[in-house]
Amino acid sequence: MNPEILFFFEVLLGGLLAGVMYSLVALGFVLIYKASSVFNFAQGAMVFFAVLSFVGFMELGLPFFLALLVTVGLMVLVGMATERFVLRPLVNQHEDTLLMATIGLAFVLEGLAQLVWGVEVRRLDLGIPDVPIMWIADATGIFVSALDLVAGLVAAVMVAVLAIVFSRTKVGLGLRAVADGHGAAMSIGIPLSQVWVFVWATAGIVALVAGMLWGARAGVQFALVGLALKALPVLIIGGFTSVPGVIVAGLIVGASEKLAEVYIGPYFGGGIEGWAPYMLAVLFLMFRPEGLFGERIIRRV
Amino acid sequence: MTMTATRTAEAAAGPAAQPILSVRNIEAIYDNVILVLRGVSLEVPEGSIVALLGGNGAGKSTTLKSISTMITAERGRVSKGSIHFRGERTDQLTPGALVGMGMVQVMEGRMCFGHLTVEENLVAGAYTRKLSKAQIRDELERVYAYFPRLKERRTSQAGYTSGGEQQMTAIGRAMMAKPRMLLLDEPSMGLAPQIVAEIFEIVRDLNEKEGVSILLAEQNTAVALKYANYGYILESGRIMMDGPAADLAANKDVREFYLGMSSDGRDSFRNRKSYRRKKRWI
Ligand SMILES: Nc1ncnc2c1ncn2[C@@H]1O[C@H](COP(=O)(O)OP(=O)(O)OP(=O)(O)O)[C@@H](O)[C@H]1O
Ligand SMILES: [Mg+2]
Repeated sequence: MNPEILFFFEVLLGGLLAGVMYSLVALGFVLIYKASSVFNFAQGAMVFFAVLSFVGFMELGLPFFLALLVTVGLMVLVGMATERFVLRPLVNQHEDTLLMATIGLAFVLEGLAQLVWGVEVRRLDLGIPDVPIMWIADATGIFVSALDLVAGLVAAVMVAVLAIVFSRTKVGLGLRAVADGHGAAMSIGIPLSQVWVFVWATAGIVALVAGMLWGARAGVQFALVGLALKALPVLIIGGFTSVPGVIVAGLIVGASEKLAEVYIGPYFGGGIEGWAPYMLAVLFLMFRPEGLFGERIIRRV
Repeated sequence: MTMTATRTAEAAAGPAAQPILSVRNIEAIYDNVILVLRGVSLEVPEGSIVALLGGNGAGKSTTLKSISTMITAERGRVSKGSIHFRGERTDQLTPGALVGMGMVQVMEGRMCFGHLTVEENLVAGAYTRKLSKAQIRDELERVYAYFPRLKERRTSQAGYTSGGEQQMTAIGRAMMAKPRMLLLDEPSMGLAPQIVAEIFEIVRDLNEKEGVSILLAEQNTAVALKYANYGYILESGRIMMDGPAADLAANKDVREFYLGMSSDGRDSFRNRKSYRRKKRWI
């Protein structure tokens, strides 16, 4: 095949694989935003807190899966504590108040993580090499890193599982009901606090997975907090309340930033990967503010 | 003789069994300062329909929310008096606990889950019950039997159905919890007269066939008194008058102030309250 086209596919694939992880981070936001109408400023801090704790447990000598299990448990506890000490006391308060509270939560998590585990950058070795998979290269001529591929697949499975939980299970139904109206959900006996614990714990686990996938590539460090910023254009493009929206938007952002870097970047002297997604988001804000699958707010009087 | 008349007579002479709900002298307060109910007492006999009447801001919704404890979700609380449901004191419980005991409130403004389908709304109503898939199907069929229109619209997004269908969805959803008692807050709000009649017929059906006791808050006094056995009239957080529905409907003051009729019996539209208000959310 034409090497030009092969190269295009290689860039596209790399972008899509990175994109699934943006979807994953954005999904954490969407879950929480839908269920508790809170813009969770602490999502990035949760990513950092989760993966740093995971690496910390490994350093203490726990085997991989045990460390994973313990960290998942820890994130569930963080979810429960958030419900108990942040959401419950602030129930019925304005959305802005809750946003402020999550900013506070972000500082608490970042501080706590560094206090307990220290501030130095850690390496996270998942045992998957960041080198091209030869049989794929041989068969198709496309070079794709094993780490990228595994990360993309894990993220894709995670997204699929969440989408199924959301649409097919009882707790998913409860979650969507709560998202549509706290009062109405309470009036039929759906326990709000239980749903909140569920979404915050889920968002914590999503954060852990995202942190592990990114940490394996870039090292486990404070910069992971900023990763959550990548979710912002994804949220704007996908729509804050749409699960399928952010999944597709993550892919678009991932693919377009890599393609833009390679094909348009040279005209700007490179480095546009960092801001291209935001440009795209601004375009969406101007022409389609409700996002891709715009769940328009239903108002019928 | 109409059905309403026989039922009213029955209830008036009704047995002195323990009421399913009894509210004794409650005060309700929002934000710790706004005292809205100033000593409300009422009873709902098992199996009856009781109407709670009164104008805007009289405290009807607050009374229902005090009973269902939903008032706690609006920074309010019952600060005095007591509420007993099925013999148990309930004023300090949670809405979820009350749903479990068999009391469900259908809130004012027919709060459906707008992005869920009609059927998902109904299924959500059974959230507190541990049911198998097959049992849920049976329960859905039971509810659809009362609301055939909902069965037709089962896959529509609730937010895009008509006002009447949304009200039916809200009532049907409450029925999925298999309640012994429903608290209905202004089921007629914003609906055309024939839809109001349709909904009240269904409510009466539920009352007769399922044996659900009903306490309904209404500004539409005429319709409420037509279907209820007994009525209370609330004004500024106090019960001003109560009695069998037929007696209230015949009462001169009620006719003048709440039914908009002059004393010679003619309907004076000029004085009539506007029932079809703009929808308010909470
Ligand atoms: N959440 C709240 N916080 C503060 N005050 C409230 C709240 N809800 C109701 N009130 C006040 O309590 C009073 C009674 O309101 P309520 O909603 O119980 O009246 P209502 O009889 O249901 O009226 P309507 O027919 O208009 O629905 C009103 O003066 C209202 O302003
Ligand atoms: Mg009201």
